[in-house]
Amino acid sequence: MIGTESQALNPKQILRHGFNPPTPPFAKGGKGGFGHWNLEFGNYLGFGIWRLGFLLFLLVVSMTMGCQRSKAGITVAGSTSVEPFAELLAEEYMIRHPGSHIYVQGGGSTAGIEAVKTHAAHIGMSSRSLMAEEKGLYAVTIARDAIAIIVHPKNPILDLSLSQIRQVFSGKIKNWSEVGGHSRPIVLVTREEGSGTREAFQKMVMEKEEISLESLVQDSNGAIRQVVAGDPNAIGYISLGLVNEKVKALKISGVEPNLKNIVYGRYRLVRPFLFVFNGSPKGEAHSFLEFVLSPEAQELLAREGLVTIRP
Amino acid sequence: MIMEIKERVIEKILLLIALSSISILALIAFFIFEEGLPLIWKIGPRAFILGGRWVPSQNSFGIFPMIVGSFWVTFGALLLGVPLGLACAVFLSEWTPPLAATLLRPTIQLLAAIPSVIYGFWGLIVLVPLVRNYLGGPGLSILSGSVILGFMILPTVISISEDSLKALPPSYKAGALALGATHWQTIWRVMIPAARSGIVASIILGMGRAIGETMAMIMILGNAVKMPASFLHSARTLTTNIGIEMGYASGDHRQALFATGVVLFFIIMLLNSSAIALSRRRVS
Repeated sequence: MIGTESQALNPKQILRHGFNPPTPPFAKGGKGGFGHWNLEFGNYLGFGIWRLGFLLFLLVVSMTMGCQRSKAGITVAGSTSVEPFAELLAEEYMIRHPGSHIYVQGGGSTAGIEAVKTHAAHIGMSSRSLMAEEKGLYAVTIARDAIAIIVHPKNPILDLSLSQIRQVFSGKIKNWSEVGGHSRPIVLVTREEGSGTREAFQKMVMEKEEISLESLVQDSNGAIRQVVAGDPNAIGYISLGLVNEKVKALKISGVEPNLKNIVYGRYRLVRPFLFVFNGSPKGEAHSFLEFVLSPEAQELLAREGLVTIRP
Repeated sequence: MIMEIKERVIEKILLLIALSSISILALIAFFIFEEGLPLIWKIGPRAFILGGRWVPSQNSFGIFPMIVGSFWVTFGALLLGVPLGLACAVFLSEWTPPLAATLLRPTIQLLAAIPSVIYGFWGLIVLVPLVRNYLGGPGLSILSGSVILGFMILPTVISISEDSLKALPPSYKAGALALGATHWQTIWRVMIPAARSGIVASIILGMGRAIGETMAMIMILGNAVKMPASFLHSARTLTTNIGIEMGYASGDHRQALFATGVVLFFIIMLLNSSAIALSRRRVS
């Protein structure tokens, strides 16, 4: 024991001795000379630090720029409604195809379609149909998402027509009694400006009407569900997949929002989730699309609450 | 002299670190202005600040309802927070039985340490249903937001007011008491007026905190863009406007959010510099 201890200690002692020379050679210099040297050294050091900082700055900048120039792989960009599902699919795909890279980015449907047009992205994600001027692109529906109109479970209303919903959300109908409920003021809950769900709701339900400025604004499906679940007078809209027992999804003109009605086209508040390509998909983009349309990927999407293309 | 070199190195490193914090502030300011100002010029400062309609999809960017919303919520928070905070500060600096002091101060510090999202969550689960059930409206309202914010600014108001009360020369109190004033008269007529500038500074800093609060307000205020007409209506503040819409904003919409930040920047600068000016006057 003693032997090992001394063995362990000895190198340290040697080291310490080596680091502490008894007198530094330059300590003998005159005071003035030393001060001069020190000043120069300080200046040198100062510049050194600035230079070092500058270099570090350059390093960081060049690294971040390097990141944007992606490695071999494909970029999927667009709708933030599709984004979480695309991320999930990309993860699954990359597990199956080690070595391939799929970068998923948000930005909104329009930005995604624009990116595909300019070849900035390989695949665009869109949560709306292509507009007339975008028809040149190649679009594939990967799934569909229904929008449910939700109210508090205690609300006696079960069914509204599309035009009633429109009048409610534009603020023309302000009381539940006007659509057959109790005499209570209607509390509107909507998504924030720029949201894809709001855009789809605006187009499919509101058409030219404006969503009332008095409506409460929440920034996620979950937050809308939370508000509607807590307020017996509230009405809102969320993805059908996210409807739970705390809220009640309304029938629209007698049509219940369920899978069968959506598949047969009876429930109309459905928006497509599209993958958009510039020309026919090739290479990695093609094999990713194939994976997304495969039964297993579709099942994954169904589990996440989407309406798949293969019922 | 190795020590001297070391000193210099440390000095330079500290300077660098200090400069970096300032330069980050400058960078943030520069970026906000660079992004926000073009839109303000494009639609005109008057139309932007005094415009009553915020519908980015139709290119109307008027933030007046949000300025009013910020004002209402902050005013409500002060209405609750200042009397409570001042009473607490007076109690802490004048009476404080030892047990209460050891209990109160850490509690107040804890109040400042609670993350705002917790305040928001508590407000959403407890306060909002209370307001909805007993006072009507959606519950997500200026009233709920003001109450929560009132609690959130308490630590600021209490600690700075207490410090300024404690910093008064003891002769003020002794003189007043010697003239036959009661303890309460001394506090109300002598000490609070004498510590006025510090108390006002604490209120202004509390205002700054209230105007800047975002997360809790997104959860509680309801975020409607309509001009609020009563304390039971939903409202949107300048900060929540940025917070709630930044996710999907692009183009002019995104710039308009930065422009909201520019307006917020000016309001906060105004508040902070007046607080600094007031606390300087107290020293001299």
